[in-house]
Amino acid sequence: MVILSLELWSIVRLSLQVTGTAVFISVLVGVPLGTWLALAQFRGKLLLTALVHTGMGLPPVVVGLVVYLLLSRSGPLACLDWLFTPQAMVLAQCIIALPLVTSITMAAVSAVPDDLLLQVRSLGAGPWQARWAVLREARAGILVAVAAGFGRVLSEVGAALIVGGNIQGQTRVLTTAIVLETNKGEFALALGLGGWLLSLALLVNVVGLGLQGKPLP
Amino acid sequence: MTRRWLYHLKETTKSYGGSPVLQIGGLEVFRGEMLCVVGPTGAGKSTLLRLLAGVEAPTAGQIMFADCRLGSRNVPLEILRRITLVFQRPVLLGGTVRTNVEYGLHLRGRDRRSAHVDEILGSLQLSALASRSCRNLSGGETQLVALARALVLRPEVLLLDEPTANLDPARVALVERTIATVHREQQTTVVWATHNLFQARRVADRVAFLLEGHLVEVASAKEFFESPVDARTGAFLRGEMVY
Repeated sequence: MVILSLELWSIVRLSLQVTGTAVFISVLVGVPLGTWLALAQFRGKLLLTALVHTGMGLPPVVVGLVVYLLLSRSGPLACLDWLFTPQAMVLAQCIIALPLVTSITMAAVSAVPDDLLLQVRSLGAGPWQARWAVLREARAGILVAVAAGFGRVLSEVGAALIVGGNIQGQTRVLTTAIVLETNKGEFALALGLGGWLLSLALLVNVVGLGLQGKPLP
Repeated sequence: MTRRWLYHLKETTKSYGGSPVLQIGGLEVFRGEMLCVVGPTGAGKSTLLRLLAGVEAPTAGQIMFADCRLGSRNVPLEILRRITLVFQRPVLLGGTVRTNVEYGLHLRGRDRRSAHVDEILGSLQLSALASRSCRNLSGGETQLVALARALVLRPEVLLLDEPTANLDPARVALVERTIATVHREQQTTVVWATHNLFQARRVADRVAFLLEGHLVEVASAKEFFESPVDARTGAFLRGEMVY
């Protein structure tokens, strides 16, 4: 059975590596950005928010095409030599996940009562301690942002196929393997790979839900 | 002997969206006094307390706290930590009653298992609720927890915005007793906003009357209630206030 073969483990491992790295980077950028967008008042906030929200609807295949053009020999990032590598897939998936993580974080932080920031300041919190308190209160929503970002990039196929190339043992992930097996008519195998994909998403969400109940320092 | 002021407000204005909500020509709060700020709803009491707490900046004018000008970005945290404000509609953090009461101590790096925490919880009859989640508290219990998390810090200045608004008469008396004890034993300066004139009469050393963002009269509690100078103060005390 291919499903239990070494190749399968390599596909699963690469899927987790690429998706995990992309989500990690998106969270690192998107959570502070979403928090800032929620708390700051500045000219152009509406426009920037609208742009970020629009980014949630970015078609992966278009993102893949743009990243392909950036990384191709005549592109401005050709010097990186990332085309058809996992790094290119991570870059594309970051672009896909970032607006989602930012938008959901922004919504979660906005849902925290306005007065909380002032109230913790009045109890002696410095500016960063106050923002941390707001983030703690918004943590359930932020975990949803992480889960949504993970789900989106784990299941996308367009960008991974275009910039990764679906090279066996190098850039083949679960979604691109499903496309390949479907094209070959191996529907049972494709469905089995789909099962693995869903299982990974379920596992991440169960861990995320478990963390929601844990107190943070 | 002249009394030492702790706060000195001069030509202080606060506006929201270009509309002034508070305009005070001058006001002094003396060290160790209990000043009640009375006035109808929307008079600017909460705004005044937020300015005194240093969590909001005046639009114009100045607020001096000891030797420091409040409202600028570079007010040292150590100065702001001498002041604590209990909000009219408190927002508690996720977690238990105890973790909320310990929050300010945690920020200051003090021992969170301080016996003082238990003492405050006991004095406000919250001991039985110490391990309860704050999500399951009534409005009155929430208000008591907010007061407890302020008192545990032993601040030099305690600013109270309608701290008994959601409480039954027995708890109102409990809070008044507790604050009076803190005020007396720790020489805490207390500025207490209330629209309850009976309460102001019971607890205040001095009373300030705010109306539509303007300070109408400030006097000792006795003078304020027995021989108010301004006709509007008299009308407010008699319940004839038109606003």
